[in-house]
Amino acid sequence: MPIQVVLRSIFSALFVASVLRISTPLILPALGGLISELAGVINIALEGIMLVAAFTGVIISAYTHSVVLGVLAGIVVGVLFSALLALFHLYLETDIILAGIALNIMATGGTIFLLFTLTGDKGNSSSLASGAVPTIHLPFIEDIPFVGTVVSGHNIFTYLAFILTWLVAVFLYKTPLGTHLRAVGENPAAAASVGINVKRTQTIAILLSGFLASLGGLSLSMAYLTLFQNSMTAGRGFIALAAVYLGGRTPWGTFLAAIVFGFADALSNQLGSLSIPPQWVQMIPYAATVVALVAYNIRKRAQARERARKFQEQQLKELEAATTK
Amino acid sequence: MTNNIVEMRNIVKIYPNGVVANDGVNFSVRRGEIHALVGENGAGKSTLMKILYGLERPTSGEIFVKGQPVQFRSPLDAIAMGIGMVHQDFMLVPSFTVAENIVLGMEPTRRGLIDRTEAIRITEELSQRYGLHVQADAVVDSINVGMRQRVEILKVLYRGAEILILDEPTAVLTPQETQDLFRSIRTLVEQGKTVIFITHKLREVKEISDRVTVMRRGKVVGTVLTSEATREELARMMVGREVLLSMDKPPQKRGAPVLRVRNLTYVSETGRTVLKDVTFNVHAGEILGVAGVEGNGQTELVEVLTGLRPATAGQASVEGKEILAATPRAVRQAGVAHIPEDRLNNGLALQATINENLIVDRYYRPPFRKGLFIDQQVVVEQGERLIREFDIRTPSGQVPVSSLSGGNMQKVIVAREFSAEPKLLIAAQPTRGIDVGATEFVRQQLVQKRTEGTAVLLVSADLAEVMSLSDRIIVMYEGEITGVFPDAAAVTEEELGLYMLGIKRMTMEEMEAVL
Repeated sequence: MPIQVVLRSIFSALFVASVLRISTPLILPALGGLISELAGVINIALEGIMLVAAFTGVIISAYTHSVVLGVLAGIVVGVLFSALLALFHLYLETDIILAGIALNIMATGGTIFLLFTLTGDKGNSSSLASGAVPTIHLPFIEDIPFVGTVVSGHNIFTYLAFILTWLVAVFLYKTPLGTHLRAVGENPAAAASVGINVKRTQTIAILLSGFLASLGGLSLSMAYLTLFQNSMTAGRGFIALAAVYLGGRTPWGTFLAAIVFGFADALSNQLGSLSIPPQWVQMIPYAATVVALVAYNIRKRAQARERARKFQEQQLKELEAATTK
Repeated sequence: MTNNIVEMRNIVKIYPNGVVANDGVNFSVRRGEIHALVGENGAGKSTLMKILYGLERPTSGEIFVKGQPVQFRSPLDAIAMGIGMVHQDFMLVPSFTVAENIVLGMEPTRRGLIDRTEAIRITEELSQRYGLHVQADAVVDSINVGMRQRVEILKVLYRGAEILILDEPTAVLTPQETQDLFRSIRTLVEQGKTVIFITHKLREVKEISDRVTVMRRGKVVGTVLTSEATREELARMMVGREVLLSMDKPPQKRGAPVLRVRNLTYVSETGRTVLKDVTFNVHAGEILGVAGVEGNGQTELVEVLTGLRPATAGQASVEGKEILAATPRAVRQAGVAHIPEDRLNNGLALQATINENLIVDRYYRPPFRKGLFIDQQVVVEQGERLIREFDIRTPSGQVPVSSLSGGNMQKVIVAREFSAEPKLLIAAQPTRGIDVGATEFVRQQLVQKRTEGTAVLLVSADLAEVMSLSDRIIVMYEGEITGVFPDAAAVTEEELGLYMLGIKRMTMEEMEAVL
């Protein structure tokens, strides 16, 4: 396919809409990662939580023929899975990174094992009829050219991602609990000294982050696709964590960073039709993550150097002024 | 009952490791008084106050607050009884504003959301009522230490405290800020509060307190009316023997400059100018003291000079050898030894043995290195010798440093650095947090090194230490040298305080005349 066609498709409303769709399973876990990061408990297990939630949603919706039950079950299992992280780290005092890695491995192996037990297939759940969450067509707006295509016709999770970003921002900065959570992350001794229960606050943060990661997982298996594939999260839980830092540990920053990664992902989908080896194209989102994080740090350091240089110039001028007098 | 608002009877506290921190302590505080609690490090005063604030539980003993027997399970119980504690390390959230910090944990809300306007109003009202000036909407990160402390006090008052425990509140303040604090404390007492003031500075005890309780080795030596005791008497009660308030030094034989620092500037990664155009010399056979409130660039000065931080501009040389671009090892090879400020993180490898810690700066060269390996025989011999010479109290050199007391840990560092036979010795807070005996030992060793002809750069937050040990003193304020005193014996604490706070400063000409 000629490159012009690809370019034209990138600058189309459909492409922009696809960026939003693809970003959804990044935004949701990234918000979760943000909450636990701000509470001082980095949630390495986002990936695993997404995976178990994605799996549970498909299985339960397929067996009960109820999308609602599937989603609810996915959330419950995802939150319970994150509760394991809280249990291991906060109450049994294991290292949070190791506990997170263990949970991720457990999620990968556990979902494949259960998938095989239930369907006899280790690859995917295509033999089951998974439910899909509904898409929403916004009346009137959908009739506006370009905007309608971009904004309307997304699945519930995509709209939720926007709403939840706003809600998370309100929660973190306007509510007592959110404020306590940030205080705990920044100076646990100070929080404890005014009677804030540090462990309980961090437990809440991990559970909330489990809830958001579960939504992210469900958006993968019940909206973006409507089946479960083994290891279908494909590193999104980690990219989400990267988005937290790239976004400067703020809700809207994290949201934007997740969209940047979503864009890279969408781009790789489009370029798949070019005569470039698909392996290269598939690397784009991951390479973009590395490049973005490196660029972010280079910029931060350059800013520090710039400030230092400005000061030195200013000082030299002052010295010159002093000597000419 | 009497008018005792707090009464602690026969308090015993034995820690799980067998340390007896409080041994039958009786302590009472009258309503509306300023009660000083003094004692050396490790005398048990902090433990006693932690018990009163519910942070520790006593092994046995009774506590009465306002005549009621109480058993505190956590600080929340103590707060409920009107007890508040201002900790030595501030318990503030740096990225929050002053008002947010004050209401943290008890935020005023409107429809479930934090009411910021109300928080600011509360802060301003409290601030006015108790004469504790703060800027309600400033981020804590950007305010100075004095204001941070006022925030801490307001935080405690917001929680309804009637009894305020101040844990060494003046340790980080300049003399002038201390005066402000004392004024605030008097205002608090006028408004009916009771203040317990932990300190080991006797001058402050005399100045501010009504009564004073002296503790030594976990016991109360006595409680006296401040007006009836002299500083010397109190000092005797504290250490149990006459203490030398000044240090005898042999006459100085000052040699050529060893360390030359010229226009040294350091800008931190966050763009803050931490050191600005610092210029000075340290001569052989002298102790140059650096006075200053902590956080005015002293830490960075030491780290830049020892190769631990890159300088932004300027020169520094040891006997003509440039050291700013050098690695820490190269700096040491140029003849610099360094007693670091943070001994637990930078001075020692805690899990390694004493012998191992004694060779970390020299293991790579003979006689410690033999081919590819370390000659254990030599290491053990050196260890035995240094343990003896520096009086390190330990069963052997093969035990991990972490098993030693703070004073003995510091002796390990001192032993290593002194035995390196440096031309320049940089000592940062060499006696912080160690017991009297070890402090005296370290100070004597420093003076001895200087008398033998070593150049010594002494950085200490303990003004008395700087004044009694140094031959010359420079004062640092906000990263600059603001005063030079060529004769340390001829300057007063008050005079230094004015420079430390930046109220007075010398001109370049004045300083050049004496440098």
